[in-house]
Amino acid sequence: MNLDLLRPEICMALTALAAVGADLLFKRKAIVTAVCLAGIAAATGLTFSIMGNAPQIIANRLFSLDDYAIFFKFLFLGLAFIVIVASVDYVNRMKDFHGEFHALLITATLGAMLTASATDIISILLSVELTAISFYALVGFLKNGKTAESSIKYVLLGAINSAVLLYGFSMLFGFTGSTVLSGMERATAAIPSGGAAGGAGLLFGLMLVIAGFGFKIAAVPFHMWAPDVYEGAPTPVTLYLSTASKIAGFAVLTRILVTPFMQPVALARNWGIILAGIAALTMTTGNLLAIPQVNIKRLLSYSSIAQSGYMLVAVAALGMSSSNFLQARSSLLYFILAFAFAELAVFTAIVVMSRNKPADLISDYAGLARRSPLLGVAMTLGLLSLMGLPPLAGFMGKFYVFTQAAQHGLLWLVIIAVVNSVVSAYYYLRIIKTIWTDEPASEEPVSSSLGPRFALAFACLGIAVLGVAPAIITRFSEFGSHMFMP
Amino acid sequence: MHIMSIPSALIWAVWLLPLGAFALISPLIRPFPGKAEPASFISIGAVGISFALSLWILASVLQAPDRQIILHGADWLSISGGPVFNFGLLIDPLSAVMLSVVTSVSLMVQVYSRAYMHSDPSYLRYFALISLFTAAMLGLIVSSNLLSTFAFWELVGLSSYLLIGFWFHRPSAVAAAKKAFLVTRIGDVGFLAALLVLYTKTGTLDITALNSPGVLSAISGGVLTWAALGLFLGAMGKSGQFPLHVWLPDAMEGPTPVSALIHAATMVAAGVFLVARMYPLFQAAPHALTVVAIVGAFSAVFAATMGLVMKDIKRVLAYSTISQLGLMMLGIATGGVWVGIFYLFNHAFFKSLLFLGAGSVNHATGTFDLREMGGLRKKIPWTFAFFVLAAVSLSGIWPLAGFFSKEGVLAAALDKQPVLFGFALLTTFLTAFYIFRVVFLVFFGDYRGSHGPHESSRIMLVPMGLLAVPAVASGWLNANGGFEHFLGDGATHGFWSGFIGALAHPLALFSLLAALLGVFSAYTLYIKRWISPDKVKWFLRSPYAIFTRKYGMDELYENIIARNALYRGVFQAADWTDRVVIGGASAGIASLTTGAGRVLRRFQTGQIQLYAVAAVLGMTAIVLIALVRG
Repeated sequence: MNLDLLRPEICMALTALAAVGADLLFKRKAIVTAVCLAGIAAATGLTFSIMGNAPQIIANRLFSLDDYAIFFKFLFLGLAFIVIVASVDYVNRMKDFHGEFHALLITATLGAMLTASATDIISILLSVELTAISFYALVGFLKNGKTAESSIKYVLLGAINSAVLLYGFSMLFGFTGSTVLSGMERATAAIPSGGAAGGAGLLFGLMLVIAGFGFKIAAVPFHMWAPDVYEGAPTPVTLYLSTASKIAGFAVLTRILVTPFMQPVALARNWGIILAGIAALTMTTGNLLAIPQVNIKRLLSYSSIAQSGYMLVAVAALGMSSSNFLQARSSLLYFILAFAFAELAVFTAIVVMSRNKPADLISDYAGLARRSPLLGVAMTLGLLSLMGLPPLAGFMGKFYVFTQAAQHGLLWLVIIAVVNSVVSAYYYLRIIKTIWTDEPASEEPVSSSLGPRFALAFACLGIAVLGVAPAIITRFSEFGSHMFMP
Repeated sequence: MHIMSIPSALIWAVWLLPLGAFALISPLIRPFPGKAEPASFISIGAVGISFALSLWILASVLQAPDRQIILHGADWLSISGGPVFNFGLLIDPLSAVMLSVVTSVSLMVQVYSRAYMHSDPSYLRYFALISLFTAAMLGLIVSSNLLSTFAFWELVGLSSYLLIGFWFHRPSAVAAAKKAFLVTRIGDVGFLAALLVLYTKTGTLDITALNSPGVLSAISGGVLTWAALGLFLGAMGKSGQFPLHVWLPDAMEGPTPVSALIHAATMVAAGVFLVARMYPLFQAAPHALTVVAIVGAFSAVFAATMGLVMKDIKRVLAYSTISQLGLMMLGIATGGVWVGIFYLFNHAFFKSLLFLGAGSVNHATGTFDLREMGGLRKKIPWTFAFFVLAAVSLSGIWPLAGFFSKEGVLAAALDKQPVLFGFALLTTFLTAFYIFRVVFLVFFGDYRGSHGPHESSRIMLVPMGLLAVPAVASGWLNANGGFEHFLGDGATHGFWSGFIGALAHPLALFSLLAALLGVFSAYTLYIKRWISPDKVKWFLRSPYAIFTRKYGMDELYENIIARNALYRGVFQAADWTDRVVIGGASAGIASLTTGAGRVLRRFQTGQIQLYAVAAVLGMTAIVLIALVRG
């Protein structure tokens, strides 16, 4: 039991406790924020300290520490840091629950970090649930009718989702005789490549697992909760939900599929093609339903569904890639980074706008560029990046993913994706037009404290660097594409 | 005469200078939105130096071995064992010529804008955006990799969007900007798909590599044709070719100097440039090249007919641009790179001069409506002189520039596609007619407006005068075959034998006859009024109605496709499913299960069972599909 390799996670668990403690002890709520930020910084430092070693097994194969896990740990820690920093003004809306809010944000991050390195279906399920349960509480935090409704919906559908996932896992265990991913890989390797033995059962199990994670990543037809929950949840939670929760879903889904189920080739192609179909459905539905929306959080939830579709293109390419899959995995990681920066830019602006009272309608953003140039520019950059306009991050992400898919014989899917990104330009452009050209209801400047401004500047920088100088970042995504399963 | 070859740092500077100007000016927009004249000097200075450097590059390319200078830049995107995209510069005769066109027109337009935009409250924003556009356009021309070409391609589209919507308090300008952006992006689907196909098949997007016979022969003919057609779809969007032309006339909502620079001389020509840039690839896909020729010839006639009846001077010029771009496409497809680019080169000067002239007329009369002009030749003699020179050149009348480039297109079309030659000849007639209709309506007869017309300031007239020189004479560059020799491989001959000898060719007589007939018809109708234009209008009322309604294309796109089919159809159907089917069914379920119903009604979460049912059904479908397949 080499638990010391879980140092960052242990640090995060202690941070969560410290946040609750600080909330009890101190009147000044800023101390809680400071404790959380310090804890995250310490965990980041600890992640650095365990990085660069050979991949290792932790806790009897429940977890593994590889570059892939480290990539996501950094990503989740960074996201948590930025989300906390971005919502320093907003949290005043939930005065009485300051400590709980932060503690739950930290446990959600902890769950996501564990998810990234979990290599056993038991540990996967536990980590996923840790994140999910934290979010159930976070979504309902404003304690008004709307957030309560969202929270109830999320809990009920989450329960169904867990059941489906568990059912899928039990099927996989039944057909491979192992709960460890590496054990499953040995079992699939033993299947003769031509025969169908175990094929149907495994495929059935895999489909249930895909459906289960389909909820997490809001893939069609498992997406319906997303608009309601995104709309109802407090905006910082929406931001964290649309990034960390979704990314954790992709991280673990990809780890389960690749490499344990990359063989026999027929099986891999089967789930690859099914995922390609789901990807096409997801992006098309997301983009079409985003167009008539007037509520900006609902619109962005559909946009986020569409973005999941693009990410699924990369996962589908993995399935079709047979053996040469490092590039496809690196493209997924790159896209995820680009997506995260764009969501940060857009949602942080919404967090700032709704710090006192809800600003949920697109028309609330009329003339925003005049009221606050920083918010206007950041939101515009974020939306243009989501639209995929070169030379911003989103374009490079899409281009990278699409070339991988085209190379692995999914050209039809790529064409659908390219057409989709043109359709999406319509509704992104509508928001941008509102921000820059419409008359604001009041000329009053939007004030924000240093934290959100830092978050916005950071997101803009990320969008620009990933687009203009992607070579720097591809090192990181390539590093992260190396996975090790004991 | 030997000129020192240009250092590579200065080649980079050509497009980085305007980018620097943009970076310098844009932070100043908020503190000094209106009057900050010195800022315009930053922008003009940057493009001025770029212009000088472009000429130096042109001279250096003439002397360079292989007539090529390739600069390797940074690896833009490189992944071990994966794609490597080098962001470098490719300077050859084609890009050198384009550089000098873009920088010279941009310089003239910016000087002109100092006066034209003088009283605009967003003076600085204007110069910042013009610099951004110029930088992106120059980057597009010099980039050595199709991926970076595409990035700049989108950036010019973005700056065009921002400049068309420059006066964003006008709803029509905002709508036009959006239309331009979305319609050109339809074309970009083809461009991006072609990039992905080419990359997948060849593993590179380097332009020189893609154009090499070795790489081209490795791709199967069918794939190559689709890739070429994809690239051409992108070119059609940018160059306003049928059926993606609808955005260009509306783009006239932007400030007139912007129309001169972007929507006449440079960005819209980017489509023609792209085909020229990838010409070896198109040559390897002859079917695609035939499509280019047909679309070009059709657009030429199609747009010219609409130019005949427009009442707004800028709209006439916009349709003229579409028509002329069509001739360039036809020229490239039938005669090769030099024919199309020579046309592009000459057209850039006389068409931007026509637009600047239209701007000057607008300055004098306060309108773009032809019905409120007339008799202006006495009031604004300089504008009149420049406008007429450009009009004669556009009509293709010897010895002005337009004649020489039109000869190239007509000769090539006659040689390769005799039917399309007929289209081109018809276009020649129509062109001369519509542009002289404008000349006669604006400058002759009696003044019909109410504004007191006055000549524009010298800041506007001097750039027009400078543009008038190439508008008259740029065609002479090929009188001795020099331009053809530079871009293609033709032999040179004596200047005078080409200059005068061009007239001896029977083809020249045909085209001159067509042009003069066009001028004469306009003269008959609008000066002498031997036949009243109203009578002609009545006599030809059905084609007239079709032309003024723009063949119903706007109607088709905006009402039938966008509003009815897409908005009322697809989006509303999706919305309806969301509300009525799911909402209604869930209400039903809620009333059946009273206990749950009471709780759920309080939270208004009636949909939740339906969400679950939909997900389970979806999951079942996926599992079934998977099992049937597997």
